[in-house]
Amino acid sequence: MTTLRIRDLTVRYAGAGQRSLTAVAGVDLDVPSGQVVGLVGESGSGKSTLARALLGLAPVVGGSMELDGRPISSRSHRQSRRRVQMVFQDPYASLDPRMTIGETIGEVVAATGRVGRAGRAAEVDRLLDLVALDRSHGRRLPRELSGGQRQRAAIARALAAEPDVLLADEITSALDVSVQGAILNLIRDLQQRLGLTVLFISHNLSVVRYVSDVVAVMYLGRIVEVGPVDDVIAHPQHPYTATLLDAVPRLGAATRPALTAPDDDVPDPHDPPPGCRFHTRCPVGPRADPGRTLCVTQDPAEGADGRRHRCACHFAAAADAPDRPELIASEGPR
Amino acid sequence: MSAARSHPVRAALRTPTGASAAVVLAGLLFLAAFAPTIWGHQARHVDVAHLLAGTSSHHLLGTDNLGRDILARLLVATRQSLGLAVLAVGVAAVIGVPLGALPTVLGRRSARLVNAVIDFAVAFPALLLAIFVAIVAGVGAQSAVLAIGIAGAPSTARLTQTLAASIAGSDYVAAARLAGVPRRRLLWRHVLPNIGEPLILNLTLAVGGALLAMSGLSFLGLGVQPPSYDWGRMLDEGLARVYVSPAAALAPGAAVVLAGLAFNGLGEALAQVVSTRPVGLANRKMAEHPIDAEPVAVAGEEPVLAVSRLSVHIPTPGGEITPVREVSFTIARGEIVGIVGESGSGKSLTAMAVGRLLADPAYATAARLEFLGHDLRSKRDGALRQLLGTSRSVVFQDPASTLNPSLTVGRQLTEVSQVHQRLNRGDARRRAVSRLKAVRIPSAERRLRQYPHQLSGGMRQRVMIAMGLMGDPALIIADEPTSALDVTVQQQILRLLREVNEDTGAAALLITHDIAVVADVCHRVLVMYAGRIVEQLDVDTLCTRPAHPYTRALIASVPDMVTDRRQPLATITGRPPEPSQIPDGCAFAARCGFATERCHSERPPLVTLRPGQEAACWHPQSGPVLQLLEKAGA
Repeated sequence: MTTLRIRDLTVRYAGAGQRSLTAVAGVDLDVPSGQVVGLVGESGSGKSTLARALLGLAPVVGGSMELDGRPISSRSHRQSRRRVQMVFQDPYASLDPRMTIGETIGEVVAATGRVGRAGRAAEVDRLLDLVALDRSHGRRLPRELSGGQRQRAAIARALAAEPDVLLADEITSALDVSVQGAILNLIRDLQQRLGLTVLFISHNLSVVRYVSDVVAVMYLGRIVEVGPVDDVIAHPQHPYTATLLDAVPRLGAATRPALTAPDDDVPDPHDPPPGCRFHTRCPVGPRADPGRTLCVTQDPAEGADGRRHRCACHFAAAADAPDRPELIASEGPR
Repeated sequence: MSAARSHPVRAALRTPTGASAAVVLAGLLFLAAFAPTIWGHQARHVDVAHLLAGTSSHHLLGTDNLGRDILARLLVATRQSLGLAVLAVGVAAVIGVPLGALPTVLGRRSARLVNAVIDFAVAFPALLLAIFVAIVAGVGAQSAVLAIGIAGAPSTARLTQTLAASIAGSDYVAAARLAGVPRRRLLWRHVLPNIGEPLILNLTLAVGGALLAMSGLSFLGLGVQPPSYDWGRMLDEGLARVYVSPAAALAPGAAVVLAGLAFNGLGEALAQVVSTRPVGLANRKMAEHPIDAEPVAVAGEEPVLAVSRLSVHIPTPGGEITPVREVSFTIARGEIVGIVGESGSGKSLTAMAVGRLLADPAYATAARLEFLGHDLRSKRDGALRQLLGTSRSVVFQDPASTLNPSLTVGRQLTEVSQVHQRLNRGDARRRAVSRLKAVRIPSAERRLRQYPHQLSGGMRQRVMIAMGLMGDPALIIADEPTSALDVTVQQQILRLLREVNEDTGAAALLITHDIAVVADVCHRVLVMYAGRIVEQLDVDTLCTRPAHPYTRALIASVPDMVTDRRQPLATITGRPPEPSQIPDGCAFAARCGFATERCHSERPPLVTLRPGQEAACWHPQSGPVLQLLEKAGA
């Protein structure tokens, strides 16, 4: 089926004078067919900008984005643009308040032109079934639905365009925790039943871990580590990934790991630090060991491929504690 | 909110301004429709015997130069005056609305051109444009309507353009566009229906203005020409003999003013209803609870906070709702208590009521509400203000909006101590530096001179906590203090809260939706659902054997780093009840897998299951939540 290949993608927002912002800086990422790739990172890491670039909504200044070798570009024809669809963060803002759920989904079905007027209602019903919404919900307005039901409707609308790749940008962060689980189950279920290819963006590592096959970690416009999700979580190679993992609050885990990235010197994204972008906060970099000047002078991106999994760090695995029993416990075949 | 929004007109009519404006408008519409049929003959009847007569019982407002009754003419002229004003607004809408909507359907470059045209037209003085058109088109009613219409078109276009742009930028239009829905359809199906309501509201308002402008042109002789007449024309005719019979001039003038006031009044009332939102913090006195305070047995020393039967009420147009219902709990000295719940559970309102920070019109009632032994239900006098100012500190979710952007960090920190502790500037400054160091802010002296925007989000939240420490707080209320922060920073802020608690012995009340955060820092947890505490337990028990099915479902539905990825997550079906429709029995019964007949009819009280654990449930569960089995090693 379809593989999304992103190579050396750079997105730059022009600003007055020297204030231009390179939100995504030379990113390589593959989203293999039928898999869920999770993209984690903190605010300002560029993960949402990456999604916007795929939709043709961000100023791409370099690199390529291809679906099965065919470029997706902002100028491409409407039909080919439709191959990538997005589910937005806020289900309260992403549905037209004056259109019923059925009309919203039906409009997209009509735009694809794949079924005639007569078959449209049946197609809408099929999509509602797919996201486990009652068919009667098709006649309701968004305000009559709960947040979780609205997000299901938004997913149904995205699926109506028969996309090759589905982008999910923080789709559970506006929802209550009791609803979040059901939406995550739905994404997993759809991926398994339809062989959907998904780029799942979230700041929540636990959520990304649950839905993804592959995880990519972004920091200040760069992908610092990519690999199979169990491998990355059990054996993080990059110190940033390790600090992210250690920061996840855990029920019943009283012992706190030692790795932290201090926030007193968060770099200005307009003026990222030279060398490794994480070196100002890195717990194993020059801050902890002044001898490690390599981090300040040389970009670690070059040697990224030679590791256990792709990781842009000169001292990869230095942060990987030899035993992380509570994390390895969940490893195993899916 | 949706209830108030769906009937803005009905709500507006309930306000005094809206109601009186509506009555006047209804009268005007009646006159416009029927006056010519009823008084038409009288208004045309020439009476040479009574030319230019003054006020009399026969002619209340006198007669004009052909002996026609002015009152009858005034009533009949309503149709002409209103009709021309509506027509003028119609012209403005016909030109302005399509022009303003055009950029939505056009490509980027042509849209920019149209926007530039609108900008230029708006900048051009409307009055000048109106006079210009009136002169070019010639004197007469039609050209006056055209002139006012064209003069009003640019502002209508601008309004349409602004409204359309906000809709065009919404997620749902983006989603439709991504799916390949054609631009024209976007305009018809998404943009126009959603801007219709405010657009019609604004156009209705514009009728008042057009009426005034039309009367003005007629008064100047540029509008309606004899033998036709409107209020402006009559004003002109009457003015010549204003000293002889003032009623002939004053009456049409009054009619214009009244009609203008009615349109504006109704618009004002509508706009107010649409944008009503409670603002500011209320000092409303806490009402005495009707039930007498019951003695709460407190072992050992006096608690920092003792709350008994605290309820929060909010009056709404649909009746009063009670989002917090008879909540009772205590916080001991040095204890960190967490309140967990989903949105609408009442957790934040509980904390705000305890901190006396409820926003108007919400108010609280309680059988007992004591902070360090002082009754918080009493009037907010100097002593209480002093106590709250120094012994209670509050940390909000978004540090960016709670720090004043125009003052340095130092000013904001020292202000508290200078006011409440009467410290001089030097001492206050030294205290500020020591507190910034206490919250692990490096180079504290330099930070004092910085403004909030120069700090990162995590640093700002540290400053907020430091500000709370400037007094000697006995209680820190933290409402979702880490929800706006990144995970790596969140952990450090939580750890800081714990350290502050250990170092200073300050108790804390932590509000959060994240049960894992609670487990991380708290000693004890209150789980809230639909305004009530459904379970109260210490943190170890939360991890090993939570009893209430809601608590258990909350834990099971949130994935953590050890969740089995092969199994679907546990889910809670349905949704919480609306605060206005809380059922009689257990509020969670409808979503609960263990619910029986009794749960639906009888509300379970909060009872002690074992030391350190209370639950409000008829069927408390035991044992660890399935997911935690391997970790708890039970």
